[in-house]
Amino acid sequence: MRQLVFIVLGVLFGVVMYKAEAASWFRIYEMFNFQSFHMYGFMGSALAVGIVGVQWMKRSAKNVDGERVAVAPKQKSITRYLVGGIFFGLGWALVGACPGPMFVLLGAGVLPMLIVIVSALFGTFIYGVLKDKLPH
Amino acid sequence: MLIPNGANVTKVTEEIKCTDYICANMKYFLHMEWIYNAWPWYVGGPLVALIMLALIYLGKSFGFSSNFRTMCAMAGAGKSCSFFDFDWRTQRWNLLFLLGSIVGGYVSVHYLSDNQVPAISTETIAQLKSMNFESAGATFVPTEIYGDMSLSNVLLLIVGGLLIGFGTRYAGGCTSGHAISGLSDLQLPSLIAVIGFFIGGLLMVHGLFPLIF
Repeated sequence: MRQLVFIVLGVLFGVVMYKAEAASWFRIYEMFNFQSFHMYGFMGSALAVGIVGVQWMKRSAKNVDGERVAVAPKQKSITRYLVGGIFFGLGWALVGACPGPMFVLLGAGVLPMLIVIVSALFGTFIYGVLKDKLPH
Repeated sequence: MLIPNGANVTKVTEEIKCTDYICANMKYFLHMEWIYNAWPWYVGGPLVALIMLALIYLGKSFGFSSNFRTMCAMAGAGKSCSFFDFDWRTQRWNLLFLLGSIVGGYVSVHYLSDNQVPAISTETIAQLKSMNFESAGATFVPTEIYGDMSLSNVLLLIVGGLLIGFGTRYAGGCTSGHAISGLSDLQLPSLIAVIGFFIGGLLMVHGLFPLIF
């Protein structure tokens, strides 16, 4: 049953990313040119709801298993986030899709996304191999 | 059809009018028009946040790029590399979410829109046309990149994928894990990552695009 909930949430996510155009190469390009408020409004309103929701849940809500709500704290570092982030940002602006929208667009019939997905898997594999040699 | 007198004709037309009227109202009440149009940011953004909150409520976290690591593990990368040596079945829920997102893309195109074209700014369109992007303002994704699989386009997509796959894992997350989840939890590492995303994106669009296109 809970498996089905994850699928339904995924479908909703896919629909939102497509219908609100966060999965469009053009919207990403426009955002990096500061020529529209659309993507900033999208992220800003997501954060407004997200911050209030997460803080409220952490203080006074329990999750479905009756446990206290916790978001795993991320490891303290600057290098990995900044350098890794720059790598990701370069790719994001180039193909106009972050990991979620890649799959949304594949479903939408943009079949060349398969090339991006396969090479992203390979990029992840390269990170796994080089992990211990990279500054974190 | 034989209609015996004038009164019945009026009745028939009234019935048709009435049906049309109900139809129009049902459409209005079901907000179908609203669904078919592009969704504004103030609908999309909060909905994504609610999806993240639902995942937290279910004891999970919103992070899409982890799926790449999981898929590497599924393919057996754990045999040669310890980073992928974990039980991928614990991440099954995220793979189901991924599966759903593919279905979501399909449903959006086939049932919830009629050739949706993002209404990007006229400034952006003019700028793209000067770079020979004729599909600007006419398609959802540029046909100049996704339309034909020329060698240069295939190369572009491969390079982009590699950067995203490597970068997200190095940074420990993508737009969902850092920009939405991490920032909602007010985590400093996520802010650094998002600043990185923007440095990379600005570098690509303003520094490298003039050389590529």
